[in-house]
Amino acid sequence: MSEELTQRILKVIADSQKLPPEKVTLDSTFEELGIDSLDGVNILFALENEFNVNIPDEGVQGIRTIRQMVEALDKLFASGQTGAPAPGRA
Amino acid sequence: MARRVVVTGVGVISALGHNAGEFWQALAAGRSGIGPMQLVDASLLRFPNAAEVHGYNPAGHFQNKEVDFLDRFAQFAVIAAREAVRDSGIEWTPELRERSAVVTGSCVGGKTTEDEGFQNLYGLKRMRVNPLTIPRAMENAGASHISIETGITGPTYTISTACSSSNHAIGQAFWLVRNGVAEAAITGGSEAPFCLGNLKAWEAMRVVAPDTCRPFSKNRRGMILGEGGAMLVLETLEAAQARGARIYAEIVGFGMSSDAHHLTQPTLEGPSRAMRGALADGGIAPERVGYINAHGTATPANDPTEAGAIRTVFGAHAKRIAVSSTKSMHGHALGAAGAVEAVATVLALRNGLLPPTANFEELDPQCQIDVVPNQARPAQPEFALSNSFAFGGLNAVLAFRRWD
Repeated sequence: MSEELTQRILKVIADSQKLPPEKVTLDSTFEELGIDSLDGVNILFALENEFNVNIPDEGVQGIRTIRQMVEALDKLFASGQTGAPAPGRA
Repeated sequence: MARRVVVTGVGVISALGHNAGEFWQALAAGRSGIGPMQLVDASLLRFPNAAEVHGYNPAGHFQNKEVDFLDRFAQFAVIAAREAVRDSGIEWTPELRERSAVVTGSCVGGKTTEDEGFQNLYGLKRMRVNPLTIPRAMENAGASHISIETGITGPTYTISTACSSSNHAIGQAFWLVRNGVAEAAITGGSEAPFCLGNLKAWEAMRVVAPDTCRPFSKNRRGMILGEGGAMLVLETLEAAQARGARIYAEIVGFGMSSDAHHLTQPTLEGPSRAMRGALADGGIAPERVGYINAHGTATPANDPTEAGAIRTVFGAHAKRIAVSSTKSMHGHALGAAGAVEAVATVLALRNGLLPPTANFEELDPQCQIDVVPNQARPAQPEFALSNSFAFGGLNAVLAFRRWD
């Protein structure tokens, strides 16, 4: 995954959780950031809006870290199931 | 000395049929009413299945003009109440009408009516909304229509506590009658949540299964939404016996609690305290409980927590209690769930047959309880509980006693 895409994902997560951007890194766990399961579905909603994609339940269940989330999205985009990520918010 | 309260009439319309007889036949056969969604275009959703009331035509129950005033959820409330009243044989004398209550539960109320109106407004840019939208959509519409139709003029209201709505309602009605505030009550709940707006909101929560409802199974994937209505007629034991009424069961206990924790993550403590509350309220020794109609939504979070709470409350006796989730057959009817399951529980006690947990495949090691897998079981427990645990952490548990 490109660095730019990774940064976009981190920003979406930080924005949706009202967290300072510098706190959200690839190595952060949901637990450290205080992200619970309801926050998780909120993040997925924010990511769906940002990239204009549908993220199915399969592949995102049991995600507990930011890295897992980025990797799951990478896999999803690569699979082409949801269409490539849009170049940016219009 | 507190008065004893009994159930003398039941009515149900659900995915398992249009009356209590059909409902019980399906439960006894372990037959699920879950199937492909027909009320909403499922190709727009991540989940294709639902527990809908099939073959339903409002014209079979209401006059043309009446239907204009009744959202589908209120129709179900009235239909179930009519059946329960007819079934009980109770006669509404002028005195009894004044001294009777109607307490109903509903979570989403007339969202389908609102959805249609707002679609016209936002989608089609028609700048008018039907003037009956407000009275059709209000959560108390079911209670009000039941009151108008029966002429009951005593305490009449509706409780909205998400998936615990009906249990809270029935518990309130039970206490009104037990404490002499009312002589009789029609109580239960109804729900009709199938409109695209509401289903999209459920989809976004990621708690609805893409296949079916498999409570306590290792491979469960979430709930299946359902709809319907269920009502019970409650009256004092004395009044029921005086008029020679058939008694389905005695309602003996009601317990409530709040988790005070999280909107969607359950705790062990909240549900445990609600079950203990129902036992204490009914003066029931835990060892005498033989059946629990579980909340059993089949979400990853609910089932292990509920199983754990049952083990916490009942200790060594827990493994001797049969626990089934009939949501596997009638779906999760949200604010009507408690009422549908209360009827399932009293019919189980009366018929000496415990409905199974259908669609069951493999026990989740985190749910170590006897879930009555797939096949109904003959048994005659003395006491039974019916659990409801809502989003928002609000718990309500009813306790019933077999009537011989």
